[in-house]
Amino acid sequence: MKPTNTNDPEYFHKVVDCQYACPAHTPVPEYIRLIAQERYSDAYMINWESNVFPGVLGRTCDRPCEPACRRGRVEEEPVAICRLKRVAADFKDDVSNRMPKAGPKNGKKIALIGGGPASLTVARDLAPLGYEMHLFDAQVKGGGFMRSEIPSFRLPESVLDEEVGYVLDMGVHAQFDTYIDSLQSILDKEYDAVFVGCGAPRGRDLPKLPGRAEADANIHIGLDWLANVAFDHTQTIGKRVIVLGGGNTAMDCCRTSRRLGGEDVKVIVRSPFDSMKASPWEKEDAIHEGIPIIDNHVPKEFVLENGKLVGMTFEKVEAVFDKDGKRNLVPTGEEPAFYPCDDVLIAIGQENAFPWIEESTGVRFTSWGTPIINDDETFQSTRKEVFFGGDAAFGPSNIITAVAHGHKAAVSIDLYCQGKDLSVRPPPHVTLVSQKMGIHEWSYDSIPVDDKREAVPLVDLKAALKSRTLEVELGFDLDTAFVQAERCLNCDAQTVFTEANCIECDACTDICPTSCISFVENAPEAELRQSLLVPAETLDQDIYVSDTLETGRVLVKDEDVCLHCGLCAERCPTAAWDMQMFAYNLAKAAPILTEVT
Amino acid sequence: MSYIKPKFRHPNLPTNRLGYTVADYDGAVSTLCAGCGHDSISAAIRNACFASALEPHRIAKISGIGCSSKMPTYFLGKSHGFNSVHGRMPSVATGASLANRDLTYVGVSGDGDTASIGMGQFIHLIRRNLNMTYIVANNGCYGLTKGQDSATADLGSVSKAGDANPFDGIDLASLAILQGASFVGRSFSGDKTQLEPLIRAAMAHKGFAFIDVVSPCVTFNNHAGSTKSYSETRDHLDVMPLDFVPMREEIRTQYAEGTTQSVTLHDGSVIHLHKADTSYRSDDRKSAMHAVQTAEDEGRILTGLLYLDPDSQDLHQNIQLASRPLNELGKDELCPGSKVLNSINEGLR
Repeated sequence: MKPTNTNDPEYFHKVVDCQYACPAHTPVPEYIRLIAQERYSDAYMINWESNVFPGVLGRTCDRPCEPACRRGRVEEEPVAICRLKRVAADFKDDVSNRMPKAGPKNGKKIALIGGGPASLTVARDLAPLGYEMHLFDAQVKGGGFMRSEIPSFRLPESVLDEEVGYVLDMGVHAQFDTYIDSLQSILDKEYDAVFVGCGAPRGRDLPKLPGRAEADANIHIGLDWLANVAFDHTQTIGKRVIVLGGGNTAMDCCRTSRRLGGEDVKVIVRSPFDSMKASPWEKEDAIHEGIPIIDNHVPKEFVLENGKLVGMTFEKVEAVFDKDGKRNLVPTGEEPAFYPCDDVLIAIGQENAFPWIEESTGVRFTSWGTPIINDDETFQSTRKEVFFGGDAAFGPSNIITAVAHGHKAAVSIDLYCQGKDLSVRPPPHVTLVSQKMGIHEWSYDSIPVDDKREAVPLVDLKAALKSRTLEVELGFDLDTAFVQAERCLNCDAQTVFTEANCIECDACTDICPTSCISFVENAPEAELRQSLLVPAETLDQDIYVSDTLETGRVLVKDEDVCLHCGLCAERCPTAAWDMQMFAYNLAKAAPILTEVT
Repeated sequence: MSYIKPKFRHPNLPTNRLGYTVADYDGAVSTLCAGCGHDSISAAIRNACFASALEPHRIAKISGIGCSSKMPTYFLGKSHGFNSVHGRMPSVATGASLANRDLTYVGVSGDGDTASIGMGQFIHLIRRNLNMTYIVANNGCYGLTKGQDSATADLGSVSKAGDANPFDGIDLASLAILQGASFVGRSFSGDKTQLEPLIRAAMAHKGFAFIDVVSPCVTFNNHAGSTKSYSETRDHLDVMPLDFVPMREEIRTQYAEGTTQSVTLHDGSVIHLHKADTSYRSDDRKSAMHAVQTAEDEGRILTGLLYLDPDSQDLHQNIQLASRPLNELGKDELCPGSKVLNSINEGLR
């Protein structure tokens, strides 16, 4: 194998599993260290810089970082990254004066359609550069799906208001309660660019299922129903509720039902329990609230008596995988199952819909109804000055993805407004700094603690079910937060190897607790991976290969379960190993807004 | 400096026949200098015990004084250990072995502990053929007292202070062959592919097994002019590789005639030697002496299993000691009483 090119920032970026997995590439270990140092405001600002909504995301994020966390590969549970983010938000001081202000006007005007996370991110990135931002949203307040679809018992309104406010306070001209019914009308106002971040607002229905039309009064589209609840239009539901669907929206629907009078609430889903789209912890939370999840049941019919919905029948199926690994839900042939109910909530997915975008604007759509976009870097549509992001771009996803889209789209809009080539993307901001403080001392807590992950405490179940707005999760207290923060392995403290210094004394390979380091004969990658002390079987984790050493061997380090404990560098007599802190900041339209030193 | 090794281990760490991983043979974190050859030897002993699936509680580590003799703390944390007086490890090992012949004894010593203060004890230990493995971590200097030349420092080797050594060094391997040791090996701390099987073979050998390991002192003897630095040692090695196949394992590799030789040990395990030349015979004391001497004349360091007598009589057989450890003998066996004494006395009348 050729020596690893560590000058490519993507190599070390990939080693920081959590940051790499985060769509917005939040520097997770960095803010977790700040939490351990009781620097909550700094930890918050590091987050805010990357993901704009730390308080919201610390409660609601889909957390792609946690399954990626290296700690989950050396023990049972990953670091509680998401809930530590909430700690930063909960315990920070007033940070309003650290927020960037609108920059001196540059004469460009940008329209933002929709006031959700994607649009707000674009505003945050461009307002400090002097762009005049005009935001339009049909709701009465900003936040988009974060406000209408996430129940208040998971995300208190005050948290959302605060974080939406930080962006709007940068001189954004927001016009709420304004539904844009024509893209042409916006284009006519000669904005320099338009960003569409209106979400994917239509919940999917089951229009052809027998009884659908007749029972309409007691059948609700999950997303619409949640929005109605959020804005207090809906305050009650029947005692027996069936929620159809297996995603996070279904989980929000069933738990909200429990708070609006639902006593016998069930989730009934087509797929097997394990392959449901909902996050495992959201399923756990629902089950904790006494909501059974019935899997492998395909809706067959809405059953009415005297013109009123009384229940639903389902066909029982099982998942069968064909040769290509494609899943088919095959009927088991059993009698259809009947479940009585008063109301049904349909939460089986979302559809894109852009009835307000005229064909004449030149914005083209795919057969799936999503806009044709240049690529997932530029977010430019077929009409040059119109950009898409968030759920509006590729269909339903999550908040952190919308934020990531917003950052990239903002870069594109900035380049576009300057007449520059959109495909030439600015590189990330990267630093790599030695952490050596003494002969055997590092400027980070190098030796990992053994503590286990702890669950976040919850409010009493009875009290929780009585209120729609009482936040269920209490968040970590500071003592717990410290221990949980210390569980972080500091994967951004990179093991950097300098061939010229190595005398091949084996000290590093002897001390390494997880047997990551081997000195072996070079070979093609597949062979090399097998020749290590412990074969490197996790193929999506890179191996770090040195240039040829004096004895003709190479050093190979399997990144997979490296604890970043620094013992290799401590036991190295010639400083061939060094622990170097790797900072990676995704390029944004604005230069780094917040300095944390 | 970290004195704690994290508890996490690689989830796919292989296990041996006993179900242990190599981590179960770990000791405390070393306090020797970073990069010390001795730490590599510790790791090689650890790896050898793991690979041979020895039960940690059936091993006793014994040492004298010196950097080398600190080593037993850093491997086999669940085994017996005795850190004895300077140069007196052979006496303690002899006593321990007499009391309990069933344990595996690993003695760790250094060039000072063996070739200077302990020379007298060392020679007699060889002569008695005590069933143990005796490893010298040989760095040619007194690292613990800031790097003065030791008795094994080579003639002309330049110390860190800049003085060339005016004396010829003692070659412990030659001495051991000459003195009749039944197993003599030499290796290099930076060559685990050779050192590990050598240690495994030594532990399987019934009798005195001596291994002289060149182990660079990274702090006081790793500079230009030193003959025992990492780079000088590597430049002058003549390596005779070997494989160790325990009795339970099937022999898979095919070896060419002439340059390889197989030796079956007392316990049924087999050593495959790759010889420096076809005339070399590891079971012939003269041939071994000749090969070591020839290499030395050419400025080379011959490493590998230099001499082996697989059928030697160890101390217990030689002086017909009890066949079981003392702690397994009952009171009546240990103190048979006046009746037996009387019968002995009668026999002498």
